[in-house]
Amino acid sequence: MTIDFSAVPLWAAILGSAFLLLGAGLSLIGTFGLVRLQTFYERIHAPTLGTSWGTAGMVMGSMIIFSAATGRPVLHHILIGIFVTVTTPITLMMLGRATLYRDRSEGNSSPLVKGDQALLQEQNSEGGAS
Amino acid sequence: MRAIIPYPLLTVSLVLMWLLLSGFTPGHLVLAVIVAMGANYALRALGEESPRFGRWAAIPELFFIVLYDIIRSNIAVAGILLSLTPRPRTSGFIQMPLRLTHPMGLAVLAVIITSTPGTAWFDYSASRRELIIHVFDLVDEEEWIALIANRYERLLLEIFE
Repeated sequence: MTIDFSAVPLWAAILGSAFLLLGAGLSLIGTFGLVRLQTFYERIHAPTLGTSWGTAGMVMGSMIIFSAATGRPVLHHILIGIFVTVTTPITLMMLGRATLYRDRSEGNSSPLVKGDQALLQEQNSEGGAS
Repeated sequence: MRAIIPYPLLTVSLVLMWLLLSGFTPGHLVLAVIVAMGANYALRALGEESPRFGRWAAIPELFFIVLYDIIRSNIAVAGILLSLTPRPRTSGFIQMPLRLTHPMGLAVLAVIITSTPGTAWFDYSASRRELIIHVFDLVDEEEWIALIANRYERLLLEIFE
């Protein structure tokens, strides 16, 4: 099936491109943040720009342009957005918990929460006593 | 109804997805229903529980709240990342108690917290009913706990419990 992109009206082309640029721009900012931020726990927030509105913008852009080009609503692109949104937490949690586990077992106190710090001190004093 | 189709939500989602991907023809509809029924029985064999929704009206409400929050926090995080002279900012963990225990409700909360830039789900202890999340721009801990409890958890409790 060949799609005639010259059939896309100007308003749809502008609207679609705007969404595409928004999505791509947010993903770029996220990547930029990944380089710029210093610690792992801060860095984990940067790519979520790309997985939330970055993806949504690109999906909406391509839906508008393909709908206008084919003359019928193209909806299945929305599945990309749904699956990216639903699967992102799995990767993020795996990475995050692996790091948290390493920091806990190495005894790096800085990223730990209050309760954990108390727990750690408890364990340390017990270890010291025996 | 539940005896024939144990998982109505899964069935509807699978049929819709199949038809969106292959185009609507009677043949594909039959095929989609067969695949969805297969998935139903596979999931029942695994002993998974089908969600029962309490207040349906809370679903669109939650959807629009989350959509708005995602847009807002995208702008906030993009602003922080792009600022040339970054203001002093602390990021840190917060630990909060959760009333929500439904596994699917927790899964939805994980998707919400992860999809919103600036917050990341790290750990949940089912025995202590405690959630650990990391906040990128942590100003007031109490404010975040109240936000998650009132904005998301309250509606999720209405939907799932």
